[in-house]
Amino acid sequence: MPHDNDLKIEDFHIANLKGLAEKRSKLVHTFGALAELGHEVASRSNFQETIRTSLHLILGSLGIMRGGVARYSRFEHELNMLAVRGLGDSFPLSLELCYEDERQFLTNGLAAIEVSQAAVLPFFQVYGRTFDDTRLELFLPLVIRDETVGAIFLGEKATGEPYTTYDKEIVCAMGRHIGSAIAQRNLLSEIECRSDENRKLYDDLKMTYADTVKAFAAAIDCKDKYTEGHSVRVGKYSEIIGQELGWNAEEVEGAAVAGYLHDVGKLTVERKIINAPYRINAKESAELNKHPAVGFEILAPIHHPYADVPLAAKYHHERLDGHGYPDGLYDRQIPYIAKVVNLADSFDAMTTDRPYRRRRPANEVFEDLQRNAGKQFAPEIVSAFFRGILNELNGETKEKKFRKLLGREYMEAEGLAVSLRNSLNAMTPTSNLTMISTARSA
Amino acid sequence: MSTEAVSLSPAGVKTAVVYADDYLNKLTGEKIERECKLRLEEGCTELVVDLSQTEIVNSIGVSILLGVIDVASNAGAKVVFSEVNENTVELFEMLGVNRHAAIVNRG
Repeated sequence: MPHDNDLKIEDFHIANLKGLAEKRSKLVHTFGALAELGHEVASRSNFQETIRTSLHLILGSLGIMRGGVARYSRFEHELNMLAVRGLGDSFPLSLELCYEDERQFLTNGLAAIEVSQAAVLPFFQVYGRTFDDTRLELFLPLVIRDETVGAIFLGEKATGEPYTTYDKEIVCAMGRHIGSAIAQRNLLSEIECRSDENRKLYDDLKMTYADTVKAFAAAIDCKDKYTEGHSVRVGKYSEIIGQELGWNAEEVEGAAVAGYLHDVGKLTVERKIINAPYRINAKESAELNKHPAVGFEILAPIHHPYADVPLAAKYHHERLDGHGYPDGLYDRQIPYIAKVVNLADSFDAMTTDRPYRRRRPANEVFEDLQRNAGKQFAPEIVSAFFRGILNELNGETKEKKFRKLLGREYMEAEGLAVSLRNSLNAMTPTSNLTMISTARSA
Repeated sequence: MSTEAVSLSPAGVKTAVVYADDYLNKLTGEKIERECKLRLEEGCTELVVDLSQTEIVNSIGVSILLGVIDVASNAGAKVVFSEVNENTVELFEMLGVNRHAAIVNRG
């Protein structure tokens, strides 16, 4: 027969086991919520949705009837509600904090405050009534890395019991996750804002640079009354070639700038040489031929947003066959941008009036370019240029760039499109010199 | 999740039965919440959430059900959870959900 005392001990053991089982269930449930919260915060889902889910998790983990999560705006000193559950329509969407509240929250750090015991703070004096009406019991300022980023408002527990120390620890642990999500979002917004400002600043700088380049081009062209607008046109032709070669927007802009500035060295050449209404003599020619090197010296110390602008100025009179100047470079030794500007420069020279001759007819110019492809000009650049003109002649381009630069009459020369198409078909994609050098090295 | 046709008892209690899926999480919970709100707007005074197919209710599910209880209570309606499995009953008791809604198991 069991003794009375034995029964009591058994009851005690059963009660103990029940208590342990409940504690274990609570732990499993809470840790499940914490794990899910961690996953939610780390995920790249919509910020608003993350906060809404986080609020669900915090309420559901401890069985809390109502609550809300707010983000703190340090500029407006306001807690702006991001998510609410069961707080009712009369609960304010923005709650103001004063300096004293903020100071106290920062001093206490991420620690739960019982609303009923916080009446000393102005925040709870101002909103005490609202908190009572909505049965809010716990307030957690989200202090992350010594900065208040938000707050969590929690109502009564469904059990009707007060919050235990364990509950508050869970709330703080979850609050740390939510606070980090808000801090991360704030940082991201700040970076986005700064990057936006930087982009605007960069655009302004680019515009200033472009205006300066154009002003320089105008200054260069002013020196030569016969070649007025030459630098601008070379810039535009270089831009078209870059586009036809499939370059990206920045590279195309770089090509245009290289064209605008290619003759900057002419600023130091005497005006009478540049404007001579006759073929200049050897001495004058030597003086004029210094302009690429001088141009390089002028441009090299400047930090251009595009690469190779100074090189384009220095080598735009080089030829693939090594008969150019100033260094007599061959094909692959010549920077690519200089080859582009070289073609644009030569084309403009041929298609504009000079003091000693009229501009040459279109068909003749294109025949000349084709004939010199592989000698003076890179064939693929000549092809790209021809393609650009042909596209315009065939009405495949919206903007009539060549017509604007060369004039309607010039572009409507008889048989121009046919002869361009034939030239294009006849040309090899690489220069003869490149092919020879490749064969030799093989 | 599905809803049985709304029935009216002789005592004038308009009841809607909402059937939950096997896992009551955010997605399925929000569907139940929407459905319950709709039924309350239609004038139901009793919402029966049938959990016979529900194996697990996670924290989000609990939060949503507490929200349903709150909304129903504000509308003067009551919520009943029916056919709740043992683990869920334990969870509801632990978190105090059972204090705000009746749990009815016929089996």
